[in-house]
Amino acid sequence: MKPRPAYRVFRVVALTVVVLTLLAPLLWMIAASFKTNVDIYDPGKALAFSPTVDNYVKVLQQANYVEFIGNSLWVAFAATVASLVLGLPAAYSMSRFTMKKSALVVLMARVIPGVSLLVPWYYVFSNLKMVGGFGVLIISHMFVSLPLVVYIMMGYFDSLPEELEEAGLVDGLTHIGAFRRIMLPLSVPGIATAGILSFIFSWNNFMFALVLSDADTKTLPVAIFDFVGYASIDWGGLMAAATVVTVPIMVIALFVQKYVVSGLTAGATKG
Amino acid sequence: MATITTTKAPHSAPTAPGTPGWVRWVNDHRKWLFAAPAMTFVAALLVFPLAWTGYLSLTDAEGSVRAESEFVGVENYLDVLSDTERFWPAVGRTVTFTGVALLFEVVLGMAIALLLWRPFKGQKWVRVAILMPLVATPVAVGMMWRLIFDPNIGLANQALGWVGIGPQPWLAGQHTALPTTIFIDVWQWTPMVALILLAGLTSLSDEPQEAARIDGASTWQRFRHVTLPLLMPTLTVAILLRGIDALKTFDILYATKGRGGGSFHEVETLNVYAYGLSFDYNDYGVSSTVLILFFLIIIGAMWALTARRKEAQR
Repeated sequence: MKPRPAYRVFRVVALTVVVLTLLAPLLWMIAASFKTNVDIYDPGKALAFSPTVDNYVKVLQQANYVEFIGNSLWVAFAATVASLVLGLPAAYSMSRFTMKKSALVVLMARVIPGVSLLVPWYYVFSNLKMVGGFGVLIISHMFVSLPLVVYIMMGYFDSLPEELEEAGLVDGLTHIGAFRRIMLPLSVPGIATAGILSFIFSWNNFMFALVLSDADTKTLPVAIFDFVGYASIDWGGLMAAATVVTVPIMVIALFVQKYVVSGLTAGATKG
Repeated sequence: MATITTTKAPHSAPTAPGTPGWVRWVNDHRKWLFAAPAMTFVAALLVFPLAWTGYLSLTDAEGSVRAESEFVGVENYLDVLSDTERFWPAVGRTVTFTGVALLFEVVLGMAIALLLWRPFKGQKWVRVAILMPLVATPVAVGMMWRLIFDPNIGLANQALGWVGIGPQPWLAGQHTALPTTIFIDVWQWTPMVALILLAGLTSLSDEPQEAARIDGASTWQRFRHVTLPLLMPTLTVAILLRGIDALKTFDILYATKGRGGGSFHEVETLNVYAYGLSFDYNDYGVSSTVLILFFLIIIGAMWALTARRKEAQR
């Protein structure tokens, strides 16, 4: 059905307002990251300013951000890979054998407030001399991404017909072989969705690294706070730091938006 | 009754002759072998900490969890539950933050989803645009709004100035800080509710809509009596997912107001309060008590919602 012209006009106006409201602040942040602090303070220079990359020089050179970018990449990547390795077989099994109660255990991790786990984790991991190392960060981020992988992949495996697997068994594959050679290749789109979402959530995670990292292992969301002093804030540097954290993840999402959306809405329509 | 022949996957299908015994054993036990690593991992990080938090909440542990702490029974619970200075206001802020943010996110998210429902030119780009706040790092988002809402140099007050309204304190004000953080949460997470509802709308069949249209139902009537009831299960999922995360909000509050939710604790929710007790004051007994109570609130809220969902499905 074709909507009426009046509605079409209304829709264009309404969606323009929505898109501007959502994008303008992000563009403002990026603009501020190219301003000197003097220009940021000057309302007259809101749009007419001469761009400078000084803030980025400061962030990347003096503030050691290259190292923190590496930390974030490594932690998010390792947590994602490990979550897929543990999560794929688990999701498969939970989907095939409808292990609802077992799935609930994994999904509990999504419900519990992270703070309630941090004190015990800190205690145990500091006794193991792991606090401040990458291992503990990867483990804690896996706690976020593994339930995500299981949740998304359970739904994905549910949607694959069992007959495909049967055919493999008839052809002489073992159950493990059928999982590895038939089910996994068929679920590549689902795995991509789960992997991307897991990476994004791990990249954005703040609280675990705030407590469990140290000066050498801190991730980008924690490093942002280096630009917030007690007395004053270096706004230019802060906005450059915020841009360095958010823009890469937004660019990734731009290119793989189909997967991000299907991951975020996974399971929602099945009720 | 005719015999229904189903072609269930042969879960216990005989393995080909000549397969080594261990392969057969793995096959027979694969249900648990596949699930065990993930479940063990989560349980190890979950069960012990929760049990320990429960234990700590019954002690006077302070300074260090290792220090000789005494078992004090339910004393912490009595103290916390009678604490009208920090605990109850934090509960109030948590409920306000979650309730108000959810209300706006659901109403606005529904509106956006309806606008995007029917295909049009450029739809894909609008979808990409609304995805951006959603994937942006929450701490960075907090910092970004901190600049925009800065009382002196922020864009928000400049914009108010153009239309002749005086400057507002926004995040800096004792009474404006919480509404402002709610606004930030709504800005970041409305797109998620919109995307979930859009997925729900797209999966609906057109027939009930057409039937109602032929019966002469107005647009509003069709939404109220056809679309909304059909969308109820999706809406409940969206509220559940978003509600749990809103209750646990930390990043935005910490990024905009810092420790303790500001100098007057103006944005101190249960999560921020518990964090402060644990890591700024090392008051482990009390913080564990707050966390256990917080956890009970979350379970209660989830239970209420899923009970509603089951009722709606009936």
